[in-house]
Amino acid sequence: MQKLIKDGQIQADTWTLLAKAEGEAAAVEVPAGQVIIPVAVWHAQKDALQQRTDIGVWLDSDEAADLIGADANRFPVLAVNFPLFMDGRAFSTARLLRERYGFTGELRAVGNFIRDQLCYLRRCGVNAFAFADPETNLEDAVKSLSDLQEYYQAAVDQPLPLFRRRA
Amino acid sequence: MYIYDEYDHSILRQRIAQFRDQTARFLAGDLKPEQFLPLRLQNGLYVQRLAPMLRINVPYGMVNSAQLRKLAHIARHYDKGYCHVSTRQNIQYNWPDLTEVPDILAELAEVGMHGTQSSGNCIRNTTSDQFAGVAPDEMIDPRPYCEIIRQWSTFHPEFAFLPRKFKIAVTGSTQDRAAVQVHDIGLQLVHNDQGEVGFKVYVGGGLGRTPVIGVAIREFLPEEDLLSYLEAILRVYNLFGRRDNKYKARIKILVRALTPEVFAQKVEDEWQHLKDGYSKLTQEEITRAKGFFTAPAYEQLDNAAAQAALDAQAADSVAFGKWLQRNVREHKIAGYASVTLSLKPTGVAPGDITDSQLEVIADLADQFSFGEARTTHEQNIVLADVKKADLFALWQACKTAGFATPNIGTITDIICCPGGDFCSLANAKSIPIAEAIQRQFEDLDYVYDLGDIDLNISGCMNACGHHHVGHIGILGVDKSGKEFYQVQLGGNASNDASLGDVLGPSFGADDMPAVIQKIVDVYVANRTDEELFIDTYRRIGAAPFKEKVYAKAN
Repeated sequence: MQKLIKDGQIQADTWTLLAKAEGEAAAVEVPAGQVIIPVAVWHAQKDALQQRTDIGVWLDSDEAADLIGADANRFPVLAVNFPLFMDGRAFSTARLLRERYGFTGELRAVGNFIRDQLCYLRRCGVNAFAFADPETNLEDAVKSLSDLQEYYQAAVDQPLPLFRRRA
Repeated sequence: MYIYDEYDHSILRQRIAQFRDQTARFLAGDLKPEQFLPLRLQNGLYVQRLAPMLRINVPYGMVNSAQLRKLAHIARHYDKGYCHVSTRQNIQYNWPDLTEVPDILAELAEVGMHGTQSSGNCIRNTTSDQFAGVAPDEMIDPRPYCEIIRQWSTFHPEFAFLPRKFKIAVTGSTQDRAAVQVHDIGLQLVHNDQGEVGFKVYVGGGLGRTPVIGVAIREFLPEEDLLSYLEAILRVYNLFGRRDNKYKARIKILVRALTPEVFAQKVEDEWQHLKDGYSKLTQEEITRAKGFFTAPAYEQLDNAAAQAALDAQAADSVAFGKWLQRNVREHKIAGYASVTLSLKPTGVAPGDITDSQLEVIADLADQFSFGEARTTHEQNIVLADVKKADLFALWQACKTAGFATPNIGTITDIICCPGGDFCSLANAKSIPIAEAIQRQFEDLDYVYDLGDIDLNISGCMNACGHHHVGHIGILGVDKSGKEFYQVQLGGNASNDASLGDVLGPSFGADDMPAVIQKIVDVYVANRTDEELFIDTYRRIGAAPFKEKVYAKAN
């Protein structure tokens, strides 16, 4: 089973990520078990899926947080995707899911982000990291979570900017 | 000036340790070059034509004598004995060794300097008016707000991977010396009808491939709302800026695509969610920031007596008089003046400065200007607080050190990018063109008669030399492997900002001095008394210039 970093620990990943499919989102078959589905599939099959508690939703980098909006807390897991690590939209999306839509569950980064972004991602509210690259050394990656420990500006993990905390 | 406390130092130490590890992983092959690229850029490290280039931030241009000495030390021990003042007020080293960069950054951190976010697709060094705090025309000192922005933007977790680089400038004077309308965000400090301090907010200005003058999206933003409003702008840009084409990824393209009205509305909508959050500035914080930029221990001086003495010295020494006229400007405190040290003597790349010159400036700053200096976006250095009574002694020291060239604001005070001699992006050389033009205009009396002329040179369309906003702008272009130069006229970076018009077909390098001479001749023949070049151009238009420059020899 794939592993991921969650809340600073390396763990087995019990969720399956359902890739975007060609064609109609309404026709996509959502398998049984814990599965994170594309947001379009959620919208197309909401009526059929809303009783399930083992459904999560993922947003691609060009899909805004308001596609989930007030529904956020009905999911145990939400994910933001990095098609390329340089595509930084997910940082804003993660903050919006946490700060605007009050999401309290597992918020994971998926895709091609890199270890050196973990600190920033955590600050934006991401608490789980599922690297697309299976070669990633998770033990080393965990260390990067503590690269930076003091910050100037407000973010999810520390809503008080330094100027409100400075002695 | 702002002095780092234990928080700032600890943040910086963590960053250097992080970068040292990233560099080691890259050198060991554990970090791919394409992954290391944005990480090194965010620490100021480019890979350039001949060697890496390391860009060190000088936030809003403020630098003290200890920092100047450290910069000199770095130039001497890690580089080739000189560095370069950039048009973003930063310091650049052209020959560092990649493996030594973490050590350089660690040395700089000792004096509160770094290369953080001096490159890369993130919020860059905030720039400002080099005469902030001392200019007679200043309404509000921009530096405390620049420092607040510096802290907010440094390691901002949400905006470290933007669609493109992002530049902010702040001004607080009636005369804009920070070119705020050609920045991604330009902030003009203003008072409202109730006398409260706030900002007029310009957005979407910028040079480069698609030059645009910024538009005002807010006439008055209360000072407490500075950070939350910036956050709203950056979030809208991060989410909606184009990422499919790097040449269309700047915020100016987004503002134009949406229209400024729609963009402003999106920002307002976003800001409604943020404005009353914890990022709202407190008066305590504004006061704290202002506390670092209080007036130094000025003496009570008799301005009339000091001026009379200066006039006598100027009458004795024509050269001193010329320097007074061009390099010295009025100060808001009686008996003081601000002095610009010219980094534009003929034969030196504009903005270049040696290790020993940096040390001389450090000594002069200590002796004459409360231990502080400023870098300017015109690539010079300012000593802002000099007693008029000390000007003669300062001038003599500047002459010895090589930065007394009395050409500030003239046609030979050229803004010039490093160009094809150093930069891997350049299509053409720019430094030799600057030198050839300086040689064409060696007669100082003639140069003074021409008055203020901004001549800006860029070696490629990325416009690091700000050619679009030069009264005379020169752009290096490549035509089937050969270097040519396009001339633009009528650009302006100040209050009534404008972009230059392309005059016509480009010229070879050898033709450039004569072409500029002809342009100047047309100005001299057409100007009215006291009319500046830019005003003559605006009045008579391009046609007379075109006619003269492109006339067939007869």
